[in-house]
Amino acid sequence: MNSFLRTLTTSQQIGALFIVVFGVLSLATLWGFFRSLREHASDDPQAEAHAQKVKRFWGLIKTSWVMATVFWIGWALGDTVATVLFAIVGFFALREFITLSPTRRGDHRSLVLAFFVVLPLQFTIVGSRMFDLFTVFIPVYVFLALPVVSALANDPQRFLERNAKLQWGIMVCVYGMSHVPALLLLDFPGYREKGAFLVFFLVFVVQTCMLVQHLVGQRFPHKPVAPQVSQSFQWASWLAGVAAGGLAAGLLSFITPFKPGQALGMALLACFAGSLGHLVMKALKRDRGVTSWGMQGMSVTGAGGLLDRVDALCFAAPVFFHSTRWYFGL
Amino acid sequence: MFAKLMSGFLLGLVRLLTGAQARWHGCPPKAEQRIYFANHQSHADLVMIWAALPEELRSITRPIAARDYWTKSAFKRWLTSAVFNAVYVARQRSEDEDPLEPLVEALARGDSLVIFPEGTRSSRGEPQAFKSGLYHLAARLPEVALVPGWIDNVQRVMPKGEVVPVPILCSVTFGAPIALEPGEERRPFLDRARRAVMALREV
Repeated sequence: MNSFLRTLTTSQQIGALFIVVFGVLSLATLWGFFRSLREHASDDPQAEAHAQKVKRFWGLIKTSWVMATVFWIGWALGDTVATVLFAIVGFFALREFITLSPTRRGDHRSLVLAFFVVLPLQFTIVGSRMFDLFTVFIPVYVFLALPVVSALANDPQRFLERNAKLQWGIMVCVYGMSHVPALLLLDFPGYREKGAFLVFFLVFVVQTCMLVQHLVGQRFPHKPVAPQVSQSFQWASWLAGVAAGGLAAGLLSFITPFKPGQALGMALLACFAGSLGHLVMKALKRDRGVTSWGMQGMSVTGAGGLLDRVDALCFAAPVFFHSTRWYFGL
Repeated sequence: MFAKLMSGFLLGLVRLLTGAQARWHGCPPKAEQRIYFANHQSHADLVMIWAALPEELRSITRPIAARDYWTKSAFKRWLTSAVFNAVYVARQRSEDEDPLEPLVEALARGDSLVIFPEGTRSSRGEPQAFKSGLYHLAARLPEVALVPGWIDNVQRVMPKGEVVPVPILCSVTFGAPIALEPGEERRPFLDRARRAVMALREV
């Protein structure tokens, strides 16, 4: 199997990867569809909980289809389109973040700057592979520029708080997200044009970690570590999730430029960053008194925002990217 | 043709910037004759409601535009008449003309309307006292459903004096229709309507 895969060209390998992903998704969708055929409406109290579960399942399936299709389009149309796609995801995520951060009249110009200058510039720099500039652009230059614009608006009320929130939004939604397409463009010696594998590896490993953490936490509930922030976060299930992510990485190491040991190490790092980043974002949500980002009306129905789905990735991607660059001296 | 393109462009823009989400609490999006009345904080309010309504309702729902301002240039006239299908009203009251006459006419033809009963934009959180136009319309056409709406967040998208909008999610919450009770006075009815709008803030 492995040797057969190695005889294929790079794009054939990536194509095969997408066939597998879409195949798995189709099977899951079919399974859900046939299960829904068997169900009848009933009034017993379990029915409601079950309906909620089914709804969540379809939500997950829908997101997965959309994500897989986006990845596929991005890969099929080339690196530029992929970078633009991730820029759009970053745009929507930042929109959700800013919606729930109370801004004042004086922040308007800095917000315009963040959405229409910083975000496009950051992704353009990524697209042109200026990795050194792209690493420092936001933490060094934007970090200075935004508060200056805010200060010029002549409104000192809660100045630090407002600026800190905007900075955070940009760090997570723009800086973090821009590291995903950066992975696509990273040049490994002897591993050219295969960045898509690296992105898939990162997304798959982090999602596996999050999913296992969620499932284990539900099946074997322990005392939550920080109940005020998250009712579901507990050390045992967290360790299980990270371990599962590492295991997935070991199995998938053949699609990466890493040796199995290196893949395991990189994956553990990414899972650490992703799952703990998700916890941090939960704390931010609690601070704002909401259960999910996205439209306020929808959070009640259980469907979350885009940022709920990608926040782990936003934290994992920079750590993964920079430790890869550092370790392999790229 | 150009009107279609323009309305498509505006719809896309509003959705990109605000999400233009409609939340229906208390009445479904149904193609019956209605007057939507809402709080007014920004110039973009009208476009928000227009974009939040589903396609079938958008085509039968008409906003109101001040005649003196919106017919000044050919472009403004085209935008309000061809794209938004607005009903023009006079802001200054003249001797021989009832300012509500164009609205009654439009309602008599079966169209729905969007009105902002405060009459002007208020930048504070609470809407100002409602003007009496809503009462007169309700009294003259009792069969039309009066649907309250609360537009949230739009003032953050483009505050007064700014030209570039910022992307922030906004929503329009529509509530249960109200009706003029038999014998209800003007002021109590307008206050009740205002409370119905404000109650939607918490939903």
